[in-house]
Amino acid sequence: MMSPRAMDYLATGLMWLAGILILAILVFFLGYMLFKGLPVLSWEFITGMPSDIRAGGGVGPQFFNSFYILMLSMLFSIPVAVGAGIYLAEYAGNNRLTDAIRLSTESLATVPSIVLGLFGMIIFVNFLGMGFSIIGGSLTLMLLNLPVLVRVTEEALRTVPAYYREASLALGATKWQTIWRVVLPNALPGIITGITLTAGRALGETAILIFTAGTTVSRTVPDFDVMAAGETLAVHMWYVMAVGLVPDRIDVANGTGALLIITILIFNLVFAIPGRLLQRKMKGAH
Amino acid sequence: MTFVEETNDSGHNRKLLYDKYVRYLFIASASLMTVVILSIIIFVGQQGLMTFRDVSPMEFFFSSKWDPSADKFGALSFISGSVLVTIAAVLLGGPLGLAGAIFMAKIAPQWLRDLMRPATDLYVAVPSVVYGFVGLTILVPFIRENFHVPTGFGLLSAAIILGIMILPTIISISEDAIRAVPRPLEEASLALGATRWQTIYRVLVPAALPGILTSVILAMARAVGETMAVQMVIGNTPQLARSLFTPTSTLPSEIVVEMGNTPFGSAWGNSLFLMALVLLIISLVMILVIRRIAATQGGEK
Repeated sequence: MMSPRAMDYLATGLMWLAGILILAILVFFLGYMLFKGLPVLSWEFITGMPSDIRAGGGVGPQFFNSFYILMLSMLFSIPVAVGAGIYLAEYAGNNRLTDAIRLSTESLATVPSIVLGLFGMIIFVNFLGMGFSIIGGSLTLMLLNLPVLVRVTEEALRTVPAYYREASLALGATKWQTIWRVVLPNALPGIITGITLTAGRALGETAILIFTAGTTVSRTVPDFDVMAAGETLAVHMWYVMAVGLVPDRIDVANGTGALLIITILIFNLVFAIPGRLLQRKMKGAH
Repeated sequence: MTFVEETNDSGHNRKLLYDKYVRYLFIASASLMTVVILSIIIFVGQQGLMTFRDVSPMEFFFSSKWDPSADKFGALSFISGSVLVTIAAVLLGGPLGLAGAIFMAKIAPQWLRDLMRPATDLYVAVPSVVYGFVGLTILVPFIRENFHVPTGFGLLSAAIILGIMILPTIISISEDAIRAVPRPLEEASLALGATRWQTIYRVLVPAALPGILTSVILAMARAVGETMAVQMVIGNTPQLARSLFTPTSTLPSEIVVEMGNTPFGSAWGNSLFLMALVLLIISLVMILVIRRIAATQGGEK
């Protein structure tokens, strides 16, 4: 039987080990992908056209599509999600409607992305006749973004102290004026952090896009036509490994993976983390 | 524009009217969430349930014979594959994630904590294809060589990759729960002479248990729905898993592999939608369980 002190040391040691292991796994995944993929990356690879059979294809259209689809889906999601977040944080009473909306948002957040993809396939691709298209992919991707964005908006709005609102209302401002001029500006850092984190996630999404944006690309780059098929980087990486025939598919996947990791690192480090620090500072100041 | 300038009544009324209309706009945005989730249930459900025109529920749920070219649509091996891989992933990732959460909440020095927080965000941001690809190129060959099995594809590979992918869910929610335990509880335990470890596992973890359970269930929801990473390492063979190393398949991985070749509206296509419906129901049940946990927790306070 171990003494409580020895047990404490042992447990503390194990917790340290767990913490370090968690960091090490992440570093391994990122490092491995960059180590294998960076040598593949070149201007020709990043901007070149993909090849179906011969080696040496690039990922130019996929790179463009990733950002185009991401931008469109955020453009659709943000107004709706911020509106819903405002409703939940500022208006929602204790009633059935609020309960239903909260339950729906939580449920939507756990719906597996493949199910969202199939839903998008029924509605946008088949029913509305969009086919495998950039617009179909963006609209389906919106369903993934919405619940996360609603939650971060609501949380950000709730960190704004109540006396800000009271002061504004006491000055005779209407509720909407208070929200627009006082509450939203103060919640903005939090909302922006949430948006960048969501965008980083949406960028790597695959299962939703395979059956809505498709696995082929347009012949011209950049193609802004929203009805064109829009394979993204993440879909391409999966496609070359699962179905692809090119002899250099491991290289293509390595390069695509490294490109994805770099983009996501930029999203997280350059945008999200400063936002988070700013948010913490603002919270501390109150 | 300031509020004082507008003193005439008509301007004020206009603003109040405006105020009312934006409110409706917000209610509409929020209600859209309900519309979306209901449409998903209805459309996926309708498409999926059409399977039963051609396939009996008995066959779909209790047969593992999956051979669409011979009109055999038994999904048992995919359902059991999903359940097994989810349980195995939680068994692997759960303890590690919980230990990491305790470490972050109570043991790690501030600088390390500041490093681990963005690290958990990055875990979420790494695309699932990247997890799957590294699994395919590193883990699968590693298992093949070290366990002397023919392929290396199977439950074990999928469970390890999923165990890693659910870490951030378990870490962030459990850490919040442990951190939310009232300080006096912890101090009372320490003042009674308990060591830090005794305090952690006799006081903090029991007090944070509802939050920890919630994190585990959300992690399971993520694991059961994960598609790409699992598809790349599980082997995609419609057979029951007899060991950790049998190539098998799960609901989402089977959907993603076969959906491309199936005519929309055929019995084959519909049965894939029925699998999606099963997934949807599993994830909705998990949300209800989480709500239940939250409600009982609220009742005790």
